Amino acid sequence: MAKQPIHTRLVKWIDYRLPVFTFLSHALEKYPTPRNLNYLWSFGSLAGIILVLMMATGIFLAMHYDPNAQYAFSSVEHIMRDVNYGWLIRYLHMNGASLFFIVVYIHMLRGLYYGSYKKPRELLWIMGVVIFLIMMATAFMGYVLPWGQMSFWGATVITNLFSAIPIIGESIVSWLWGGFAVGGPTLNRFYALHYLFPFLIVAIVGLHLIALHQHRSNNPIGIEPTKPKDCVPFHPFYTIKDLFCLGVFALVLSAFIFFMPNFFGEAVNYDPANPLVTPAHIVPEWYFLPYYAILRAVPSKLGGVVLMFASVFVLFVVPWLDTCKVKSARYRPLYRIVFWTFLADCIVLGWVGANPPEGYFILIGRLATVYYFAFFVLFMPLLGKFERTLPVPESFDAAKRCRL
Amino acid sequence: MKRFSGILIAIGIFASFGVGAMEDVRAPLQREWSFAGPFGTFDRGQLQRGFQVYKEVCAACHGLNYISYRNLIDLGFSPTEIKAIAAEYTVKDGPNDLGEFYERPGRPTDRFFRPFDNDQAARAANNGALPVDLSLVVKARENGSDYVYSLLTGYENPPPGKELPPGRFYNPYFPGGEISMTPPLHADLVSFSDGTRASVDQMATDVTVFLTWASEPTMEQRKKMGVTTIIYLFFFTFILYLLMKRIWRRVDG
Repeated sequence: MAKQPIHTRLVKWIDYRLPVFTFLSHALEKYPTPRNLNYLWSFGSLAGIILVLMMATGIFLAMHYDPNAQYAFSSVEHIMRDVNYGWLIRYLHMNGASLFFIVVYIHMLRGLYYGSYKKPRELLWIMGVVIFLIMMATAFMGYVLPWGQMSFWGATVITNLFSAIPIIGESIVSWLWGGFAVGGPTLNRFYALHYLFPFLIVAIVGLHLIALHQHRSNNPIGIEPTKPKDCVPFHPFYTIKDLFCLGVFALVLSAFIFFMPNFFGEAVNYDPANPLVTPAHIVPEWYFLPYYAILRAVPSKLGGVVLMFASVFVLFVVPWLDTCKVKSARYRPLYRIVFWTFLADCIVLGWVGANPPEGYFILIGRLATVYYFAFFVLFMPLLGKFERTLPVPESFDAAKRCRL
Repeated sequence: MKRFSGILIAIGIFASFGVGAMEDVRAPLQREWSFAGPFGTFDRGQLQRGFQVYKEVCAACHGLNYISYRNLIDLGFSPTEIKAIAAEYTVKDGPNDLGEFYERPGRPTDRFFRPFDNDQAARAANNGALPVDLSLVVKARENGSDYVYSLLTGYENPPPGKELPPGRFYNPYFPGGEISMTPPLHADLVSFSDGTRASVDQMATDVTVFLTWASEPTMEQRKKMGVTTIIYLFFFTFILYLLMKRIWRRVDG
């Protein structure tokens, strides 16, 4: 027998002692993936890549950033002006955050549309909601770091929400601030946590992937593959598809960072934080606007806060709220209608959140909030009982014949 | 202190709710700028004239803290010219080996000369109003370039019935309409070395271009890099697309 080439022998030597190559081969070449996944299934891997991009750019920013209330703002300008390609790294990080949310929202909506949270993928979904929660906290604290006017006042308004908690609220807020107002100690701890949380996300993403690999991807028809030929190996079929999607994403990201880098931001955040001057219009980052609208839909502060938290936490129980056995909305004509209305409703909420709550915005905001919750706690359980679903194909082949 | 911050926050939230009623401001004029669009660049002549307007007019009250004299190389000045410009100013430095502070001529690495030592001195000299630092003024306002131009050219007589406190001027582009800045420009205030006539419109345009550069000196580099990146990514993604089609033909074909 001819001697094997050196690199093959090296791989074997390592793999015998540390089976990383076997692991990769199982996770990629031998990992069966439904062959009928559409482009919406690429957003998961895309989110993972953006997480890496955010951490990579974040570490370089941290090398030049100064988390001190007096110097934070000017250290960001130092990055923008004096650090070589500092502007590129910062704009990547800034716009990366916004696109991260767009990608994750699409990923979540795909899960909602195709019923990806249903048995046996409930914990996969819940891990995802945990990631989303930590991501929101990370993004909020990251927005505070440049220490502009909106950073400061956004932090003030949002941390103040905790004061709505009866009895201990005020103490919690001072504890969060490390003082009696948002200031230097707040900035320091937000910086520390902003650096820590992404690593927590990585850990939960690991669990998310373990859960995914256990029962594998859902697919647009929502039935489990029955035959080996219903699936293709992840590599090369989905690695190349995800790479192509990454290329398209990189084009979109580049369009923003090079030609409209401040599109998602608020101009007033280029004014340094000033505790004595309140900006005319305090708004959170665009990706929080729907929740902001829900917060303000209730005339009571505590009620608004409770409702706002409920709007995210309701996602945890979605696998049990939706009682329909059919997964994919493709075979659920009524659910399809309430789903698309829900998407439109979220956009309406975002638009209301961006505007001052006065005049007809108040009414629209309240109606949209009612629909937001009705979608989860009313339509999901009721449709499971009363909806007449279309016949679900018995196999992948049958589904293919139907489409032809 | 606790109660005070509570009141501030209440004001903040209230103000954020009541913005629609408060915004008593005219939308800025829309100008065509050479730096707009994906291929936009600054006009060197405009930049240099704008710098002259800043230096001879604005700099009396407004700082430009994030700009150093060395940055003027972007405007097309030579290192020798920059040295001469910096040396026109006297800079406080120190302490030296004897522990004393001393004055020396400015150097290209110095930040731009600050008109006031601190905000209190600035307010004291300006009737209580604080002249903002102009380094980021274009980025920190919505439609910044149009806003700065409109503000500089937008002084008007107050509408009938509007009473202005002493030391205030009417400018409909400024939020609230009452501004503490004296109308800064009038014709032939500066004499441009390139022979351009210094009308108010000309000076306002040029200084706006200069301040747009100052708010983001890396803009030209950014857009240039963007064009190459987009072209590269377009071809790269197209190749990935072809590769994807080719690989999937194995199962689709």
